[in-house]
Amino acid sequence: MNYADEFRDPVAARGVLAAIARVTDEIGATKEKPVHIMEICGGHTHAIFRYGLDKLTPPGLEFIHGPGCPVCVLPMSRIDECVEIAERPGVIMTTFGDAMRVPGHRKSLIQAKADGADIRMVYSPLDALELARRHPDREVVFFGLGFETTTPSTALTILQAAADNQTNFSVFCNHITVPPPIKALLDDPHMILDGFVGPGHVSMVIGVRPYDFIARDYGKPIVVAGFEPLDLLQSVLMVLEQIRDGRAEVENQYSRVVPDDGNPVSLAACAEVYEPRPSFEWRGLGEIDASGVRIRPAYAAWDAEVKFGVGYGKGPRMVAEPDGCRCGDVMTGRIKPHACPQFGKGCTPEMPLGALMVSSEGACAAYYQYGGLRLEEAL
Amino acid sequence: MNQQLRPPRRVVADRVTLAHGGGGKAMRDLIEDVFTSVFAPPGMEDQARLMHPSLLEPGAQLAFTTDSFVVSPMEFPGGDIGTIAVCGTVNDLVVGGARPLWLSAAFIIEEGVPITILRRIAASMQRAAEAAGVRIVTGDTKVVGKGSGDGVFVTTSGVGVIPPGRTLIASSVQPGDVAIVNGVLGDHGAAILAARGDMALTTDIQSDCQPLNRLMEAVLAAAPAVRCARDATRGGLASALNEIADAAGVGVEIMEADLPLRAEVKGVCEILGLDPLYLANEGTLVLFVPPDQAEAALCAMQATEAGRGARVIGRATTAHPRTVIMKTVFGGGRIVDMLVGEQLPRIC
Repeated sequence: MNYADEFRDPVAARGVLAAIARVTDEIGATKEKPVHIMEICGGHTHAIFRYGLDKLTPPGLEFIHGPGCPVCVLPMSRIDECVEIAERPGVIMTTFGDAMRVPGHRKSLIQAKADGADIRMVYSPLDALELARRHPDREVVFFGLGFETTTPSTALTILQAAADNQTNFSVFCNHITVPPPIKALLDDPHMILDGFVGPGHVSMVIGVRPYDFIARDYGKPIVVAGFEPLDLLQSVLMVLEQIRDGRAEVENQYSRVVPDDGNPVSLAACAEVYEPRPSFEWRGLGEIDASGVRIRPAYAAWDAEVKFGVGYGKGPRMVAEPDGCRCGDVMTGRIKPHACPQFGKGCTPEMPLGALMVSSEGACAAYYQYGGLRLEEAL
Repeated sequence: MNQQLRPPRRVVADRVTLAHGGGGKAMRDLIEDVFTSVFAPPGMEDQARLMHPSLLEPGAQLAFTTDSFVVSPMEFPGGDIGTIAVCGTVNDLVVGGARPLWLSAAFIIEEGVPITILRRIAASMQRAAEAAGVRIVTGDTKVVGKGSGDGVFVTTSGVGVIPPGRTLIASSVQPGDVAIVNGVLGDHGAAILAARGDMALTTDIQSDCQPLNRLMEAVLAAAPAVRCARDATRGGLASALNEIADAAGVGVEIMEADLPLRAEVKGVCEILGLDPLYLANEGTLVLFVPPDQAEAALCAMQATEAGRGARVIGRATTAHPRTVIMKTVFGGGRIVDMLVGEQLPRIC
């Protein structure tokens, strides 16, 4: 298959892995005193476990799994608000499949669906808009969530709805941005990170310049990476080489897809439709300044927060996490998933307690699914 | 009145109405015109009355299974709900070593379903039954109101005979046994996903639904020591392997590089974020055979139509009991667990 198999070539991978081992040695990193690289994106976390890459890299290199899984960092209060809207008479709530099983304080969307709410899975916000066209007597709401990867498609759908004057359609906006939580992590006094692998598809939209502060202000290297195993390994090598050479730069490994300045059409649509929220809550990380967007007043007719009166900050914030859940500590790299007392016991993919177990891109789910701990015992 | 002289009953409506489930004339018209005239059961009493010489062999066992089919859409590239209703139940018998003989077919039909679709489903069932060498001997139809069903649901039960001396059971798998699949994985699941149309994917992928009795008979003739077989339907190969590992208390190790996958199926999985190990199949089985008969089993499979793409994919091991591990193409390993919930596409 073109553009997939080439980036999964085992022979090429072995070459890169040997170089990774060599540079890790040159840095002087050991199992006891490892170099810590955070892969920000859940897609990268998933790829690391799916291909068993963590078992092939040297013990002196440790991956810290970042907050880049939008489903995982969605606070419980937002699920509660989404359920509340979905349960109103006449509403059809539409959502990406991943969000269905995220536990809310009261219930998840999948439970609300079983209790009678009309909740439908869609693959694109345009499908939700089409549903609104077919059901003029119903209020169709799209549960918009995700990073810069999905933010533009929601914006373009709102622009389309406005152009068509489709008034029975609205978006419950939970879109968030990648750079602010990285800054929050870097400001954490317990921060142990030595470098970052950045999400390539986010940079496809925003480019690479929004990461300049990481290198300039914090002196840490970051390499924007693609999602195939070879992309990932090469990016890790590039980060390690920067560390070895004492450099801190923003490098673009994924240049076959990522232009340095991003995608101007997407950025223009986002600027037209959204404005930054003063702050947004991240599950496990707390409130982070300017880390989310909301719909501008000019498009209030398509803003579910306005339409249904559930604006951000109206309900109680910071609903307490379940007892014993340590998603926050996993996300900041303080502990590995299996060090959480609930891992695999009170918290499994069937009955997730914490957010990182919900999505296949969450660190805990990836660890559980692909057997991080059991695999070590088995091999 | 002599049955032979009565003119055949005909359905006059274009679509099924509640009258077709009412027990009266319309129902009898539907059953006779659409179903029994196609299936030609051996008698029209309320029960099939059956005899087969293989039942009389000392040590023979009766095998009996049932399955319900609710696939959406009802018709898809490579088959329809009728094809899989026959193949699925036939294959459930076959993987136990049974020679399938007879099927029942019960239909729950939603009001408003076009009669022409029912005719196509019945024709598919009869075609699949003939291919598998079984007869549809009894059945039932019910009609439910609009909104109480979704098109047509089909339940088939199957009866077959396991010849004396055959004991295919999952718990008998031993470390060292070789795992073989008969062909490419995930075609059915990928074809259904594409046929649903909500992905706007255009592919040529066809469902793999096919009866596997000829293949299984060929394998058992060449490699009588086969320990067990499982059809990799819902939950895909991953679930079938986990069931076997669990029942036998062995570990299973498979090699990613050896999995037979069509490029198109890989492509669909890449785009939608699915894992082909969990995609459903309707004509794919995995079997375990002792190493000294593995070559014979593989060759016998490859000599059949349904087994042309047969491949060794891995083996049972004493390491990591009750756990399935896949060696990735890089030499890394990962656990292949049972599927949790349903496979949902990722969002980014």
